Order: sequence, then structure tokens, then C-alpha cells
Amino acid sequence: MEQFLLSLIAGIFIGGVAGYLGTLMLSKRMSLVAGPLGHLTLPGIALALIYGFDVSLGAFPFVILGVILIWFFETRTKLPMEALTAIVFASGVAVAFLFLPIAEAETALIGDISKVGFWDTLTVSFLCLFLFMVIKKIYSKMILINISEDLAIAEGVNVKKYNLLYLLSIAIVVALGVKVVGGLLTAALVAIPAATARNLSKNLFQFSLLGMLFGVVSFIFGIFLFKITGFPAGPLIILVSTFFFLISLIFKKI
Amino acid sequence: MSESLLEVKNLNVKLNNEEIITDLSFEVKEGDILTVLGPNGAGKTVLLKTLLGILPYQGEIKWQKKVKIGYVPQRLPFIKDTPMSVEEFFGLKGASKKEIEKTLNSVGFEDNFLNKKIGELSSGQFQRILIAWALVGNSNILLFDEPTTGIDIGGEETIYTLLTKLKEKRSLTILLVTHDLSVVYKFSNYVICLNKCPICQGIPKEVLAPETLNKLYGAEVKFYEHHRY
Repeated sequence: MEQFLLSLIAGIFIGGVAGYLGTLMLSKRMSLVAGPLGHLTLPGIALALIYGFDVSLGAFPFVILGVILIWFFETRTKLPMEALTAIVFASGVAVAFLFLPIAEAETALIGDISKVGFWDTLTVSFLCLFLFMVIKKIYSKMILINISEDLAIAEGVNVKKYNLLYLLSIAIVVALGVKVVGGLLTAALVAIPAATARNLSKNLFQFSLLGMLFGVVSFIFGIFLFKITGFPAGPLIILVSTFFFLISLIFKKI
Repeated sequence: MSESLLEVKNLNVKLNNEEIITDLSFEVKEGDILTVLGPNGAGKTVLLKTLLGILPYQGEIKWQKKVKIGYVPQRLPFIKDTPMSVEEFFGLKGASKKEIEKTLNSVGFEDNFLNKKIGELSSGQFQRILIAWALVGNSNILLFDEPTTGIDIGGEETIYTLLTKLKEKRSLTILLVTHDLSVVYKFSNYVICLNKCPICQGIPKEVLAPETLNKLYGAEVKFYEHHRY
């Protein structure tokens, strides 16, 4: 029971902050970026599982590497983001499977929230709260940058600084996300709640709030379903999220 | 003599090793309406972006200290990707509700416009919103990229009658990019003709001789001054 509560608390925090950040990523047309970043963490997760340290800790250096790679590719080539995405994430998976123990593959790929301990949950919660405040602080300037970088520069916004804070936030969310849904599914944590929110919202306030809310609710339902059915929690959380998205299509104003 | 707000000396802009603007010098005085005229691809938008500090350049761009720039971009194609009300759009700039209402009124909107969704505005309404957005924060110079001519922004009003009104009310200085000759004649007191290198500059009626226009646009251009929008 205690374990269940811990999973639930950690999940609510991660789901909320991922959904909230997801709305910024969607407005920047960057929802998919969490995908390659998640895949790129697989070697880090593999190392963590082999040597028995925290999965997020293992993932973090790799996700930072991914952020740098994406930033570097974007400034150095004119290739579209999809191509870069494909290169990065396939390489991540390939490297991971060179030395990922097969027995641990499932945890690495789809996560395992049922093992989070007390200190884990505490750290995750504080990290998420901190992240939430950072995102809230940069939110309106980031939206302005997403609308038009030129306009933001003309307004005196330090675009580089904000982009860096934004990318770091993505890195941390992905590192936390792989703990609960694994390297394969992390993109969905940021992409799906935001897409659902956009279908249902008339303004920015609703958009960001609903993004967070759908993130949280997907985790709650997902973890309950896990408790009831015994299927792995990660995929259940994502499927609940998808279910909400499908429902939102019905209510979407065209 | 009115004060100089902007001095540009020997400006050169190079992008991807291509000379976009060469050796341009001019001055903008308080109260001026300066137009930058030229065909598509002449470097007009590049000039605006350089003045705004968005693009790298060589030469000298000197803004006077008290200047507060408002930038009106040509389009914001990505704005519809994010659900947003008019009030929230102004909120991105940190404007208070009172100032937003006041500015909206000055471009001819009622207060109830605050809750409108940006994505639902007509192109004319959106252009007025962009002007108001640029004015928020007491801007005293507007940098305006290609106002869409011929769109109905409400009633008999065109963008230009609106700008003339705002200019008087707020003692604005306006720097405007266009490829529309009639705008230059009817609206501005100073023109810079640009086609990569500066072709001419001065008072529109004095400098815009047919030869100059041929040089600017290549082919023969006929201009009817009585043309109305």
C-alpha cells in the first residue's frame, strides 16, 4: 500500500510537470524532440541497471548529450528536425542494445514506477516543484519566442538564455520520465496531454492548465489500472492519455 | 529643427556571403514618416531586422537613448499554433489590463475584444492588433514591415489613415517598409529607394523620377498619383 502511494505521488508530480512543459513544446512544434532524447537515455539506463544506481541519474548525462546534439545539428545543418530526430534516436537504441542485459530490457524500455522508494519520491517531488517554477517563470517569454523570435529580440528578450533554460527543463523532465515510462514512451508524456489540452482550450491559461491536468489524471488512472490489472504501469499511463486525447477529438471545436 | 532619433552610417549587411545591403546611410528625425521602397528581395525586411538588432551588420547604427521601438512584423504565421486570447497576447509583453484597453481603443477596438481568440481575428483585425501590440509600452517609433494594402480594417479606414491618426495623437515617428508607390507619395515625407544598394533618397516627389523608378524596379513603372485605396 505504501509503495502504491509513493508511486502515485511521484507519478502525479512527473505527469503534471511533463504535461505543463508539453504545452510549451507543442507551441514550439517540438513535441517529438522528447522522443529521441528518451531513446538516447537507453544506454544510460542500461548502465544504471547493470551497476544498480538510479535510472534517472543514469539517463541524465545522456539526455544532456542529446540536447547538445540537437542544438548542434540544428545550427550546423539545414536538415529538417525529423531527420535529425531519426538519426539521434536510432543511434541511442543501437548503443543501448550492445550491452543492455536482456533481463532488464523491459524496465529500460517501458519503465517501472512500482519500485520508487521514499527518498526517490521526495527527490522527484522537489525536483518537479522546482522545475514547475522555472517553467512558469519562462513561460510567457517562451511563448513569445515560439510565436516569433524576431519579435522577441525586438522586445529585448534574451532568446539564447530562455532557450537554454527551456532545453534544460526538457532534459530534466525526460530524465525523470524514463524512470516511470521508460526510454521508449517518454515523448508521449509531453506530447499527448498537450495535444489533448489544445483541442479543448480557447486560451493560453486553459491550454497550460489542461496540459498539466491531463498529465496528472493520466498518471492517476494509469497507476490504478496497473494496481488492478497487473499490466506494466508505463504503457497503461500512456494509453489512458491517448484515450483522453481521443475523447477530446469529439469535443474539439473546428 | 527636430531631433534625430536614428543615424545610420555606411551600413553593410551580408547574409550567407551575399551582400544584401551595401553602403547605406540615412537619418530619421523625430516626427518623420520614412518609407523604404523597393521590389521584393531588395533587402527591405533585412534592413528593418538589422535596425532592430536581429541581424549582424557592419557600419554604424545609432539609436537615440530615449527611443522606444515598436516593431510590427509582416506576418506571424506560427501564432495560431497556440490558443491565446487578445489579452494574453498583450500579456506576453507584460502590459497591464488598463494599458491594453487604452491601446485597443486607440486602434478602434472595444474593450470586449480582450477575450477574443487570436486565431479567430480577420487579417485586418489582426494587423490592427499588431499595431496596438507595438504601441504598448509607450513606443515612440514604429518599425512597420509591409502593411497589407487594400485590406479592410473596418469602415472607411485604411492602415494609413489609422497610422496618420496615431502619429498625431502619440507624436510617433514611423519607419515603414513597402513596395507600394502610392503609400510613399501620400503618406511619407522621406523615402529611401533600396535595391540591395541604395538607389536614391529624399523627399518622395523630388526623388522619385521615372528614371529612378526604372532603375529600382528594372522594367518601366507607371505611376498614377491619383490612385486611391
